[in-house]
This record gives sequence, C-alpha cells and structure tokens, in this order.
Amino acid sequence: MPNEITVTVNGTEYTDTVEARQLLSDYLRETLGLTGTHLGCDTSSCGACTVLVDGQSAKSCTLLAVQANGHSVTTIEGLATDGELHPVQAAFREEHGLQCGFCTPGMMISVAQLLDRNPNPTETEIREGIGGNLCRCTGYHNIVKAAQTAARSI
Amino acid sequence: MVTNNFEYFAPESFDEAAQLLAKYRDTAKILAGGQSLLPIMKLRLAAPEVLIDLSHVPELSEISSNGDGLTIGSMATYYELSQSAVVQKAAPAIAEAAGQVADVQVRNRGTIGGSLSHSDPAGDMPAVFLALNGAAVARTRRGTREIASDRFFVDLLTTALRPTEIMTQIKIPVATGKTGSAYSKFENKASHYAIAGVAAQVTLGSDGTVTAARVAVTGVSSKSTRAKRTERILIGKEPTASVIRRASDRAAAELQDDLTEDIHASGEYRSYLATVIAERAITAAVERAR
Ligand SMILES: Cc1cc2nc3c(=O)[nH]c(=O)nc-3n(C[C@H](O)[C@H](O)[C@H](O)COP(=O)(O)OP(=O)(O)OC[C@H]3O[C@@H](n4cnc5c(N)ncnc54)[C@H](O)[C@@H]3O)c2cc1C
Ligand code: FES
Ligand code: FES
Repeated sequence: MPNEITVTVNGTEYTDTVEARQLLSDYLRETLGLTGTHLGCDTSSCGACTVLVDGQSAKSCTLLAVQANGHSVTTIEGLATDGELHPVQAAFREEHGLQCGFCTPGMMISVAQLLDRNPNPTETEIREGIGGNLCRCTGYHNIVKAAQTAARSI
Repeated sequence: MVTNNFEYFAPESFDEAAQLLAKYRDTAKILAGGQSLLPIMKLRLAAPEVLIDLSHVPELSEISSNGDGLTIGSMATYYELSQSAVVQKAAPAIAEAAGQVADVQVRNRGTIGGSLSHSDPAGDMPAVFLALNGAAVARTRRGTREIASDRFFVDLLTTALRPTEIMTQIKIPVATGKTGSAYSKFENKASHYAIAGVAAQVTLGSDGTVTAARVAVTGVSSKSTRAKRTERILIGKEPTASVIRRASDRAAAELQDDLTEDIHASGEYRSYLATVIAERAITAAVERAR
C-alpha cells in the first residue's frame, strides 16, 4: 500500500511515496542513497542500523519508514557539521575505535546519544550505553576509550 | 527482510483508532513501539493485513499520580518510565525494571502497553505489573473495563484483551504503609531478555512483620506468574535473611510442569536462578519498605 511521507533527514526535508512495509533502513539506504546506515543482522540485535529519530536512537531495521513520517532523522552522514567531524567521530579516529568499521556508524550514533543524555558517563555507563551495539572486531576496548575521549572534548 | 503487505493507519484520536480496530478486528494489529511486532512480522510469524499506529494519539503517553495511585498511558516508553520522577516516587520497581529492558534503542521505542499486551514469556514489565497488583484499562469504541493483573496473562503470548480492545492505561494502586518494591533479573547477555526475573512488593506492619507480599517470576515459564508459595511463607513473619531465603527457595515451585527450556538455559537452571533472583528482589523490597 503506497503512503506519502515527509521526513527530515540530516536537515533536508524529503517527501516520498513508500510502501507501508518499507523499513526505515531500506528507505535511507535505497531511496535516499544514504548507505552509511549499515544493516548487520536485520533482526533488531546488532545496532549497526542505529539512527536518531527526533534525537532518540532507534534501530532503523525495526522501524517502518511510515513511522518516521513528520519526524526528523539523523544518520551517520548527518553527524559532522560544515565538514568538521563530530567530537564522537574525531574521538573514534583518535583512539582507533574501529577495525573493519562495519559497526561504527551505529556505534557512533549510540555514543552520541549517550553523551547527549549523560555528558560525564562512567565506564560502566558507557558499556551500558552501547549495550545495543555489537562489534565483532575490537573487543570494545577502544570504543570505550573513544567515548571517554569524546566526553572530555565536548 | 520485509514483512507481508499491509495497510497502515495513523489515527490521531482514540476514537478513530477504536473505530478502525472495530472495522478490521482480528485482521488488524495495534502498532505501539513495534519492538516485538515488527521483528515477528519480518520473520513472517505474523502477517496482519492492517496496522493501526497509536503513536499519534497524544493522551496515551501521559503519566500521572493522585491519591488512588499511578496511571500510566499505554504508549509511555521504557525510557520515559525510567526517567519519570512520578514513577520513581510512586512505583520505583517500574522505573527500575524499565531501565533494565533490552538496550537504549529498544527502550527509546518500546512501550509498557506493548510489553503487557504482547505477554512475552521473558518480558520484564509483566512481572512488575503482577507484583504491584496493577490493572489494565481496556477500551473499545463502546466501553471501558479494567482487567486485574491476576487475570490478564492467559498463556504464552496470550492475554485477556479482546480483539477490539485497546489498552489505554495501566493503573497501579497507591502503596499503603511501609511498602517497598523491587525488580531483579539475570539476563541473556545478547538480547538482555530475562533468563529469570523476579518482581517483589512487600508491606511491613508496625511490628516489622510482613503484612502483604506479592512476588512474580518471569522468564522461567510460558508467562509471568505469581509465586504464591513464596508469598505465603513471607506473610506474617519478620523478613529475616533466613525467612527470605526459605521463601525464595519456592519461587519456581508452582512452575515445575511448565518450565522453559531453550538454547540459553535448561528448565532446571532457570528454576534455580529464579530462587537466587527472588532472594535479591525480596531483600531489596524489604529494605525499601523499612
Ligand atoms: C533486541 C531486543 C531485546 C529485547 N529485550 C527485552 C528485554 O530484555 N525485556 C523485555 O521485557 N522485552 C524485551 N524486548 C521486547 C520489548 O520490550 C518490546 O518493546 C515489547 O515487548 C513490546 O512493546 P512495543 O511497544 O514495542 O509493542 P509492539 O511491538 O508494537 O506490540 C506488541 C504487541 O502488543 C500489541 N499492542 C501494543 N500496544 C497495544 C495496546 N495499547 N493495546 C492493545 N494491544 C497492543 C500489538 O498489537 C502487538 O501484538 C526486546 C526487544 C528487542 C527487539
Ligand atoms: S541491522 Fe538493525 S539491529 Fe542489526
Ligand atoms: S569494527 Fe568491525 S564490527 Fe566493529
């Protein structure tokens, strides 16, 4: 069933006709070409597809595009402003918070969400904040360090 | 993975939602946070023809409390519950459990109404709802009824809600006297679902003995269930460590014919964990009651 939606993605408003069953992840990747949002498991588990919806993190593989109608979405492509890396991105680079990079877009969105709510998290709070994001490479160690570095620089 | 095709509605009032549900009845499903429904639909274990999204009905997210107790809109998210000062004051176990559900992303979208309506065998909210003696407000176009928590969970993924009923609110009666509540769980490290979870509410009399106790277990059997033997051992006694231990030992006693067995844990292990977690939850509830 076709539905018209208007969604603001990374500050730009888009109006599109989508099937009711189209997932937000597919809308972002296929309709808008924003392939920074990764699909890992497609079963709500890995968090690679995490985006912000009105500033709240969500797994875009577990959200319909029609549910985003009228809302504002931030993907990894929207984290940097005016060519300046977001402090979370800069900290991931600084601390080598990634290896293959597959989990990284979702991981950075989750860290951004955490620091937005809790600017001074403890290590335990950081690990809890990224509890919905799986990484197969890093063992999380440098991701936690990157979150700590980002917290200091914000 | 995509779901089957369906028609999507986003009603802006309760009446409009109820009318749609009355029209499409069991071919339709209510969409709340979608954190259980969408994964199931993607796996094609469910294929509703119509989805009715409640997220545009603002009054369904309201949280308030008065002399009778706490009223929580069914669309209140776990995140909102975990942060709400009103909930923390009136029913700390709800805030405590909401903060332990799943992960940040799921807590941002998942709702208390969705959790109770889904009746997941490992859901956290169902156990708390039972322990706090809550009631669900179920409404249709024509009328409203309250379903007591003790009658709400019928079987695996099955509740007393009728196909045309929408859960609009959850009511938690005001706790009188020296009452404390708590929720504790042992979780699956990947999904965070409870392998065993226990919610407890304990009321102490002026002499320090337990005058009322409600204890509920989740994750261990097909649905959240009260541990009535545990409650009976507590009531009338001073809740010393050894009394709590003895009561907790019975936490899964009534579930022995219905134990969940899966790749994560055997029934025997779940049963044992329930006794350990019950001890933690009851001890915390007693401390808060004092
Ligand atoms: C990765 C992951 C981990 C999770 N871990 C946990 C966990 O640790 N603990 C836990 O408890 N849960 C967990 N969950 C499940 C989560 O709590 C769900 O959010 C919750 O079970 C359903 O709430 P919802 O708002 O998303 O409902 P939905 O998925 O939208 O709906 C669920 C069901 O309830 C019905 N429904 C919803 N609202 C109403 C209403 N108001 N009236 C009538 N019917 C209604 C729907 O039609 C549907 O059948 C997890 C989910 C995921 C994806
Ligand atoms: S792709 Fe969405 S959670 Fe894994
Ligand atoms: S860096 Fe490879 S999965 Fe995280």
